[in-house]
Amino acid sequence: MSTEFTSVALGHTASLRDNKPGWFARRGLQAAIFLGVVALAAVPQFADAYYVSLGIPFMAYAVALLGFNLLFGYGGLLSFGHALFLALGAYASAMSARHFGLTSIEGMLLCAVGVSLLVALPIAFVASRFVGIFFGMLTLSFGMLFYSFLNKFYHLTGGDSGMNVPQPTLLGRSYAATGKMEFLTGPFYYYCLVLLALGVLVMWGIVRSPYGLHLQAARDNEVKASYLGVKTRQVRGVAFLISAVYGAVGGVILGVNTGLADPELAYWTHSGHLVFMAVLGGFQQFLGPVVGAFVFILLQDELQAVTQYWRFFLGIVLAALVIGMPGGILGTVRALWNRWRKR
Amino acid sequence: MSLIGILMAGVFHAAALFLLTSGLQLVFGVQRIVNLACGSLYALGAYVGISFTTWALAQGLPVPMFPLALLAAGLVVGLIGLPLERLISTIYKRPESFQLLLTFSLILVFQDVLRFFWGANPQQLANVAMHYGSVSLWGAQMPAYNVFVILLAIATAVGLGWFLGRTTLGKMLRATAENREASAAMGVNVRMVYLLVFTLGTTLSTVGGAMVVPTAAVSLQIGVDLVVEAFAVIVIGGLGSMKGAAAGALIVGLIRAAALVLYPEVEVLATYVIVLAVLVFKPSGLFGKAAV
Repeated sequence: MSTEFTSVALGHTASLRDNKPGWFARRGLQAAIFLGVVALAAVPQFADAYYVSLGIPFMAYAVALLGFNLLFGYGGLLSFGHALFLALGAYASAMSARHFGLTSIEGMLLCAVGVSLLVALPIAFVASRFVGIFFGMLTLSFGMLFYSFLNKFYHLTGGDSGMNVPQPTLLGRSYAATGKMEFLTGPFYYYCLVLLALGVLVMWGIVRSPYGLHLQAARDNEVKASYLGVKTRQVRGVAFLISAVYGAVGGVILGVNTGLADPELAYWTHSGHLVFMAVLGGFQQFLGPVVGAFVFILLQDELQAVTQYWRFFLGIVLAALVIGMPGGILGTVRALWNRWRKR
Repeated sequence: MSLIGILMAGVFHAAALFLLTSGLQLVFGVQRIVNLACGSLYALGAYVGISFTTWALAQGLPVPMFPLALLAAGLVVGLIGLPLERLISTIYKRPESFQLLLTFSLILVFQDVLRFFWGANPQQLANVAMHYGSVSLWGAQMPAYNVFVILLAIATAVGLGWFLGRTTLGKMLRATAENREASAAMGVNVRMVYLLVFTLGTTLSTVGGAMVVPTAAVSLQIGVDLVVEAFAVIVIGGLGSMKGAAAGALIVGLIRAAALVLYPEVEVLATYVIVLAVLVFKPSGLFGKAAV
């Protein structure tokens, strides 16, 4: 991977310059995060319950994609098997409920994080040797390995019918008396919002830390970075672990939302959808994946309402993005903003 | 099932996989492009093959001639490679990851196009596969048509080897694969070579789909499922190598046939354990050049 990775996406800037954020990146980002959280918090007050319920998968994917983008956007490593960790999160919560009687979401989250680290460690060890197409194929292999494990080992995983994820308690408080929809659009919605906000803050710290700079240096010029003392393989492996944890947290939210841990979560086309969301929002922008998840969920929902051939239109959109607008939504906005400011 | 039975089923599966992956290998070998949509092209060939052959038989084509109709359908559908190459040419200069993205978008498009024209139910070319009867080898039965497919795969392998090794055009392809700039300087029209290679690769996949379809039903899912197997083949064999495609197809085909009989739970797992072992211990694959 080389410097062109970044310059293609942004159109002009060199990537390391991003780490001394300009006005847009610094103030604009803070404002965007603050406004975004306020807006999302206000949604249940006035929006239709249906749209509120769309907010939960959005936040699940947003969390997962924050991690995915550490790997793809900042590390230059395109994983085509990342859905593995979403499935892992959902199954970890289902299994911890069934086998250990865990009912709190905090327990499920802890369990999911622990399991995802255990699974990601050997994968990271192997996968961090590769970049480019090989990394994509290797992660795809691991994802499909897990998918076939979920499908074939019926007595452990419920096979193709999946496993139930019971409604958990939040912060020790039980909502058994509340209806499912009220639970999801009420307390659970805000719980997810807090998780998302925390995820954004932690990731912002990671990206701007010396570690984050090492990761980007390894992406832009591996040889030069290693001469300067960056342990490229180790740095990439850590990025994989962090992204795995984010994916698992997203998976827990998805599992609680649908009440089901489904093997289809691990199928490789689901990974493809994750990649799609990241590209749609702009994988070179910090908040790009969050925007991508938001637009993708709305777009998919609208398309599904209009036509049964929604995949066709999603495919066209993705092709158009890849060819004509590789910076995604936020990348384009930023390029326009920079052009406007130069005037 | 006997050992011979497993071997025959495995070799047949390998033949189908080789037809699919030889195109993938050719395109990667020359253009450094991994086409995720290869499975969708295979499915396209299969669907069009069914419709065209059914139509031709209804028009009075004698039943023993049905493989010709399938072959013709596969060859004609392969021409879709021409517009696809022009589409993919927009990202030749971009990072590798973009190929995966663009070809993934093609999968989404193809899947719904196939569903639009042929519906969601699996399709089958009924009542012709057994027309040639079956052959028996050392006590194991196999439809004669399957033997024909195996022979076709071998013929394709030999033909490709001859084309790449002995003809001027083949030498041009190999030169372009080796060094694009130098070949262009020596007068090779790289643009035409790319167009040709991609279309040839597409055609191999569509012909594969069309020729294998009489032996099994084809469903929408197959395009997506096959990608995973095709990847296993080319990782084991080594990216971009024709010998690798053949060896990888044989290994994957035999493992799957054996697992299906002995222990069906591990059908996919067994393949992928080998894939991972290859990636860890010999990342370039059995016949590939250095990886990464």
